[in-house]
Amino acid sequence: MSFPWAKEYTPKAPVMKWIDDRLPLPRFVYNAVGGGYPVPRNLNFFWNFGILSGLALVIQIVTGIVMAMHYGANDLVAFWTVEHTMRDVNGGWLLRYAHANGASFFFIVIYLHIFRGLYYGSYKAPREMVWLLGLVIFLLMMATAFMGYVLPWGQMSYWGAKVITGLFGAIPVVGEPIQTWLLGGFAPGNAALNRFFSLHYLLPFVIVGVVILHIWALHIPGSSNPTGVEVKGPQDTIPFHPYYTAKDGFGAGLFFIAFATMVYFAPNFLGHPDNYIEANPLSTPAHIVPEWYFWPFYAILRAFTVDFFFVPAKLLGVLAMFASILLLFFLPWLDTSPVRSGNYRPLFKKFYIILLIDVLVLGYCGGAPAEEPYVMISQVAAAYYFAHFLIILPLIAKMETPLPLPGSITEAVLAKHAGDDGLPVKDDEPAVIATGDETAPQPAA
Amino acid sequence: MVRFGAFLVGLFFSGWLLISFIMGAIAYVTEPASPTAEHEFHLTPKHVSFSFDGPLGRYDKQQLQRGFQVYKEVCAACHSLKFVAFRDLAALGYNEAEIKAIAKDWPLKTPDVDPATGEISTRDGVPSDHFPKPFANNVAAAAANNNAIPPDLSLMAKARHHGSAYIYSLMTGYKDQPAELLRKFPDSKTPEGLYYNPYFANLNLAMAPPLSMDGQVTYGAGQPEPTVDQMAKDVSAFLTWTAEPKMENRKSAGVAVLFFLIIATALAYMSYRNIWADQKH
Repeated sequence: MSFPWAKEYTPKAPVMKWIDDRLPLPRFVYNAVGGGYPVPRNLNFFWNFGILSGLALVIQIVTGIVMAMHYGANDLVAFWTVEHTMRDVNGGWLLRYAHANGASFFFIVIYLHIFRGLYYGSYKAPREMVWLLGLVIFLLMMATAFMGYVLPWGQMSYWGAKVITGLFGAIPVVGEPIQTWLLGGFAPGNAALNRFFSLHYLLPFVIVGVVILHIWALHIPGSSNPTGVEVKGPQDTIPFHPYYTAKDGFGAGLFFIAFATMVYFAPNFLGHPDNYIEANPLSTPAHIVPEWYFWPFYAILRAFTVDFFFVPAKLLGVLAMFASILLLFFLPWLDTSPVRSGNYRPLFKKFYIILLIDVLVLGYCGGAPAEEPYVMISQVAAAYYFAHFLIILPLIAKMETPLPLPGSITEAVLAKHAGDDGLPVKDDEPAVIATGDETAPQPAA
Repeated sequence: MVRFGAFLVGLFFSGWLLISFIMGAIAYVTEPASPTAEHEFHLTPKHVSFSFDGPLGRYDKQQLQRGFQVYKEVCAACHSLKFVAFRDLAALGYNEAEIKAIAKDWPLKTPDVDPATGEISTRDGVPSDHFPKPFANNVAAAAANNNAIPPDLSLMAKARHHGSAYIYSLMTGYKDQPAELLRKFPDSKTPEGLYYNPYFANLNLAMAPPLSMDGQVTYGAGQPEPTVDQMAKDVSAFLTWTAEPKMENRKSAGVAVLFFLIIATALAYMSYRNIWADQKH
């Protein structure tokens, strides 16, 4: 499905026509990421991060598959095989550093992608399904990253696995049996390492599947845009190719420059030194911390220090940590403001900035040792996190008077260029105003 | 309904967190955490510069050879280097014959199985062997070292914060326990058989000062004086190499990759501007 003015695929080469007649895959690709997908003309660089996330996923799968050829998922040799990859496999150091830093970069672009969606209201109707599938991808990523970090079988791998599976032990009555069942033993060991490797290899392909659904769901209403005003006619859109492929190409270049700088010049900067020590069940590291991308959630987990009557603090922490992600699934129904873009929501914008700082503070506290004052800071920050989504957002939607919205994307673009004397907006096709898009948000004022 | 439920959940989590915060803050003010000797006397590693610092830094092969000599004559008696093979020493500038000789003459023999009887035996090393371990197992290592197992050194420079500087600081950081520490923390006297070193995480370690005097190792002609400071620097450079043997390949490749990427990105930028030239956005 697409806009009625989307260009139709007309194969030029006979071979493409032959294929397209029998299996319309070229048509499918053309309509998904080619000239057949009309996209709002005003997307800014924050719209690059979807493609960049896909790129990061491909980097992880390619480097991961090759590394798996040199890895032994056995607690006796896992650490050794990783070192073997680093020392004796041709280009093995590059594979491993690219894979380890690739995980970090995947999370960097995903977090930017999510915060783009939060600011521009991309989760709102009619794109709820895009948002929900995105969250499923995020959860799968977190599981994959966690299990991948266990595979080198260093100290942080081992103790991270112990702490995270220990979270299930906090569940009353059935917790400990569940933990034993998950690990295949009473503590992380060969059984756990083997199943983590198996799942770490499986889940990325599940992610690929959900990514396809995510993009499919996106193509039903089409991409959102910085004004949050829906596309009203052909003058509002341009074909994905060549315009956004060119823009994404430039974005990918910047991504690769940042990525290569880390991989080649600071490959261990984002890692923890303790993971270069072999796993030792008899020696607990001084500070067990997960990788940086889990720090905000780790801070929420540790922020609960007081039992709630018969509910132990540890269980509260576990519930809150899962709730902090699960609540995002309800976001489309919590934020009822009809205006999507934060650009036209003055009050929302202020709280959004507070949320951004709040999550950074949570991240900082999650990486710090569980001492004061970090615990107190993370308690306040975690309190704001929950209040922001569950209390403040619904209230803002009721109270706020949004700024007047532009009549259309084209109008917004023209207003931006009002002082220019450049080329006019290309609208060689007749403008189709009011295409019957009743879901387009109207300013409340 | 969703929003009402969310409101209650939000109220519960945020409210309980704020209550926890208040209780924590009261405890923080009324019963301040007592400081520990580790907290007050532990030092972050000294600043020390190496030839391999920075994005373009390279190993100094002469220094690596000196550091290898220190490892061989001082560290190897207790510390294994199990991820490194004799053949890897080619990166230090040794030729094939020299490596064969080093492997053959290594004081520790390589464990093997007697080809005639099948009994466990030892033989001389060959270049493809990894450095033999000084102890048969952890029990033997602990028994010989006052119950502390000397860690493998292959990855030490990456397994500690500020690895290279940490090793150098630890080697040169041994001293008597400060009087101030004993005054403030009378219970923290260094136990018998341990040695005080402020760069070690818990201040006391089982390893006796390994580099105890200048000239402990005799360096070849044309090399710097083997002072404790120089030996510490050299061995720390050597252990950086054992932890990151491909560092030079990595940095050289990085320069080429960045050069390529910057040009490619500039071209991508120009085509982006060119394609968008007729569009307002």
